[in-house]
Amino acid sequence: MLEIRGLAASINDKPILNGIDLTVPAGEVHAIMGPNGSGKSTLGYVLSGREDFTVTGGTATFNGLDLLKLEPEQRAAAGLFLAFQAPIELPGVNNANFLRTALNAVRRAHGESELDAVQFLKLAKAETKRLAMPDDMLKRNVNVGFSGGEKKRNEVLQMALLRPKLAILDETDSGLDIDALKIVADGVNALRRPEFSALVITHHQRLLDYLVPNKVHVLLHGRIVRSGGPELAKELEKSGYAELIAEAA
Amino acid sequence: MSTGAAGFLERYEGVIGKLPGDSALRAAAAASFRSAGLPGGTSGRRIEAWKYTSLRPVAEAKFLRDAAPRHEAETILAGLALLDAPRIVFVDGALRSDLSLTPAAGFARFAQQPDFGTLTWPDREPMVALNTMLAEDGAVLDVPADRDAGVVQLVSIASSDADFHPRHSIRLGNGARLTLVEISVGQGTYLLNTVAEIHVAEGAALTHIRLQDEAATAFHVSTTYADVEAAATYDSFTLNLGARLSRTEVHAQLTGKGGAAHLNAAQLLAGSQHADFTSVVGHTAPGCQSRQTVKNVLAGKSRGVFQGKIEVARQAQKTDGYQMNQALLLSPDAEVDSKPELEIFADDVKCSHGATVGELDAEQMFYLRSRGVPEAEARSILVRAFLAEALDAVADETIRARLETAVDGWWERQAA
Repeated sequence: MLEIRGLAASINDKPILNGIDLTVPAGEVHAIMGPNGSGKSTLGYVLSGREDFTVTGGTATFNGLDLLKLEPEQRAAAGLFLAFQAPIELPGVNNANFLRTALNAVRRAHGESELDAVQFLKLAKAETKRLAMPDDMLKRNVNVGFSGGEKKRNEVLQMALLRPKLAILDETDSGLDIDALKIVADGVNALRRPEFSALVITHHQRLLDYLVPNKVHVLLHGRIVRSGGPELAKELEKSGYAELIAEAA
Repeated sequence: MSTGAAGFLERYEGVIGKLPGDSALRAAAAASFRSAGLPGGTSGRRIEAWKYTSLRPVAEAKFLRDAAPRHEAETILAGLALLDAPRIVFVDGALRSDLSLTPAAGFARFAQQPDFGTLTWPDREPMVALNTMLAEDGAVLDVPADRDAGVVQLVSIASSDADFHPRHSIRLGNGARLTLVEISVGQGTYLLNTVAEIHVAEGAALTHIRLQDEAATAFHVSTTYADVEAAATYDSFTLNLGARLSRTEVHAQLTGKGGAAHLNAAQLLAGSQHADFTSVVGHTAPGCQSRQTVKNVLAGKSRGVFQGKIEVARQAQKTDGYQMNQALLLSPDAEVDSKPELEIFADDVKCSHGATVGELDAEQMFYLRSRGVPEAEARSILVRAFLAEALDAVADETIRARLETAVDGWWERQAA
């Protein structure tokens, strides 16, 4: 599914990623953990094509496609989805229209017919209900005036509608209470099938109690320094990163 | 045949005594125009009010007279999504009764009922002088006291490479209401130079919506004078999409206590288009409110101009004036000139103004694209979002939808 080899990237000539090697097979959920500034969010941005980062080396292959050559919208059409750590507000853009435009853009790219407003609303309302989101979130402007938790749920709603093959969740758990956390985890778990993978970037082990990963990787100074099973997350929760940082130094 | 100011004056010489209305007034206007010339033209004097806009291209263009129409007005009209309401249709400056559905009452033609009004300043405004000199036709609308005249559409279609100088007069009696939707379109290289005089009497409300979607080679100049009496409202919204060069000038005077004037506008420009929105709001009575939000979206090498002046007289206490000019630059070659001015002689007033200039937000663009929305569509969504606030000023949903369709059309033309 996702095959990253020696990926290096910088912003304003400052190197952030320094040779990432990572393989996420189809159907698996991998967690990326690590201290602040280790490059976790950058990895998500680089994979989804944000232009302020410059890829300085390495490759990223997604279902056989050279990911780094594609425009952000082509990556989305190929089935990649990034749930933003800080979702962007779009004043003047109605959330329902935004979601329908995104869904139809992806459907168009797949040669599928577009959904009209009625068909879309039926689908969207079913999803908002499942995610315990108030109905009026569809009527409001995208993320404008949303609480932190509502913004995160809106990301999960987008993911549920776009049905990606690979979801990158960038600290989707931060700022959520335990109920919201369960809802978000349920939203991702509902998508789990053999052809769906997820890369879960998180600070805390808590989310991983509900969204159990196949593998956990620890990112430090832009490199993966350790990989292991779900038990690694529990271990880190106890010991912190200090030991790893000392090892790397 | 001469071009420029001389050409217009030659034309005038040829029609002295043949045009409707007060010939002395026309002669005085001709004298003013002769000394002023076209703003920015080679012979005229320099005028501060035309600092950012030069009519030199108008001076250099050759306008024909009595030219055969090059385009079918009927076809152009059929392409407009008009509202199911009375329509007054002018083709090449003259009323076309056969294409119109005139209001049942209160309508006359300037050609038959010439009225130059009392508010205009041909001696100060060269283009008003030119209009006064050459005006042949226009709409004279009278809404009697306490009557709600609903919606009336005023359509201007240009179908030949000529110059037209319509003269409109709109009067609302005490407590009357009217929604006037003005649409101007055309094909070819022409000049539309409109003057409108508007009176909104005590407690009356005029909603004035304008859609300027002229041909890409056309020139559009429009000067409006509005007198707003006590507790009356003049609520206007102008959408400028077309024309190679346009100038929209509004003079609104709040002359009675508790009156309101809203002069909102949006201009979408591309290529080498130039659009100038100039307004002067005069508060001469106490307790009046004025609101202006003018938004420019500028692509290509286009240039948008906003000049807004709020004048508050000594006696106009408790004035509430607000003015905002915002520009979105879609290209490094686009330019915006913004000149807000406050001139306040009263001491108990609330007046504010502001201006912003920006580009599309890179994070918002990435957010949309990361959801699969192609770049061009993402840009269009964000531009529309920028315009949404301006269009929200149009309360009537059907009319707002009509304007949104026109914006869609503009966007499709840019994409093509």
